Amino acid sequence: MSNTLIEYITTFVLAAFVGFEVISKVPTILHTPLMSGSNAIHGVILVGALAIAARANGPLEITLGFLAVVLATINVIGGFVVTDRMLEMFKARPSSPAGKDGQQ
Amino acid sequence: MTPGSPLLLAASSALTMGQGVRLAYLLAAVLFILGLKQLSSPKSARKGNWTAAVGMVIAIAASLPGLSLSSTKILVILAAVAIGVVVGWFAARKVAMTAIPQMVAAFNGVGGGAAAVVSVSEYLHTAALAPGVVQSFSTVFSVVVGSVSFAGSVIAFMKLQELMRGTPITYPGQRVVNGGILLAIVAGAAYLIGIHTSIPVLIGALVLAVVLGFGFVLPIGGADMPVVISMLNAFTGLAVAASGFVLGNTGLIVGGTLVGASGTLLTMMMSDAMGRSLGNVLFAAVGKVVAGAGGDAESSEGKNYRSGSAEDIGVLLAYSNKVIIVPGYGLAVAQAQHAARELATVLEKRGVEVAYAIHPVAGRMPGHMNVLLAEADVPYDQLKEMDAINDEFRSTDVVLVVGANDVVNPAARESKSSPIYGMPILNADQARNIIFLKRSMRPGFAGIDNALMYDPKTTMLFGDAKDSLTKLVAAVKAA
Repeated sequence: MSNTLIEYITTFVLAAFVGFEVISKVPTILHTPLMSGSNAIHGVILVGALAIAARANGPLEITLGFLAVVLATINVIGGFVVTDRMLEMFKARPSSPAGKDGQQ
Repeated sequence: MTPGSPLLLAASSALTMGQGVRLAYLLAAVLFILGLKQLSSPKSARKGNWTAAVGMVIAIAASLPGLSLSSTKILVILAAVAIGVVVGWFAARKVAMTAIPQMVAAFNGVGGGAAAVVSVSEYLHTAALAPGVVQSFSTVFSVVVGSVSFAGSVIAFMKLQELMRGTPITYPGQRVVNGGILLAIVAGAAYLIGIHTSIPVLIGALVLAVVLGFGFVLPIGGADMPVVISMLNAFTGLAVAASGFVLGNTGLIVGGTLVGASGTLLTMMMSDAMGRSLGNVLFAAVGKVVAGAGGDAESSEGKNYRSGSAEDIGVLLAYSNKVIIVPGYGLAVAQAQHAARELATVLEKRGVEVAYAIHPVAGRMPGHMNVLLAEADVPYDQLKEMDAINDEFRSTDVVLVVGANDVVNPAARESKSSPIYGMPILNADQARNIIFLKRSMRPGFAGIDNALMYDPKTTMLFGDAKDSLTKLVAAVKAA
């Protein structure tokens, strides 16, 4: 087993633990935005898509590279934008017009 | 590209990327983690999304200098990025708020597809070098899991978009067929991992994985789709991480694994919120209409219910002290959130206390209803979560159930044979009067009959939720 592989496995295992620990106790209203936000994060596959597109040989590999970049870009852009759109709705409004059933 | 064993290959490419790139990936990983952390709290959630987005920009920018690009390749990549940006942006920006769950499914699906394509392409590129065990395993894993995620997301999208039936689609021997496909995939994977380089076997595994993704989501009811999407989201994360092993890229490994792990936990939290186990969600085909709650003797046939006019109900509301609105997906479909807010406003003008009771899984995704009502400018302090409001129903004059059903179904509390038994529900049945705004007596999204609709305290107001609410506004004003 090479040192590089051990390094990758280490990274993988530690990242798995961090992923579990980082999101404990999420209120239900944030389940959807959190899912959507993490959905955008796996758009990091775009880095891999760019790499294979860049060194593709021949029409088949170029086509696959093109396809991968399109799909991954949709994942990244769509993911972050739709998450922001959801969370935009939660922004603290200037406190609701006076006397409106407030303070509970 | 140095020829050699794949591990050498991975090692050498990691080195040529340079240490600066690795540090940039580390920075990106930190930002992803902070972003997830901030996304977990209402105050910082929006910032968290942008924190993660900055991490993404850093990861992508850092990877660019290492690419050796001909001018043709630059054009191809720019074209692909441009298409992706335009499609992603418009899909995310223009889609109705009600359609957001299926958009998340779609964005997840393309991510899974991208991971599979990346690994297939890398396999084609390096097949001549006879990939080693780790390389083959990672490739097969990311191709299979990415394809399952892609295909499963397609079905989830179609069910939520109502391009196909939302209820479970089952046939005899379904599990045997799916199990058989899974076995075939495992056999193919074992063949490839046992150091046989075979492009046809890999493609075969991909095709079977797509079939499995379709077949595995078909029997799951529409109401359970959010949990499925969350799980497929975790799948895509793992597929991306495996692609990271294939390409020797720590940025992919960290980003993918974070999503895989946090997505798994989120999936379990979501099925918990529904009072169900993940296994029950995935395999019980809950929501098949035949599986009526409490046995067939209690089916809706021949039971009495009362329906009322908007005018009568308007008067009832106008002279109440306290009204609780229970919004459900029907409200979202009818785009009735603005009409609901208007009704609440006219009631408050008359001194009626109004609150919205938000069930954790109201709408089609947890938190979906909050998003919709916020869009209609409903004051945040009127939105009450289930635990905060459940004791108030007892002292409530009228509960207005707008396009919701399962979340107020007492069978979840009382009937052990009901598929939703154990799901926490809103105690709407404890209020003095219950008004259901529904199109018909048909069971809800989960396909389960609701005894509350036949309760003597209950009045049905049939029609489109938005029309009904508008009529109620007029009736309250006239009262």
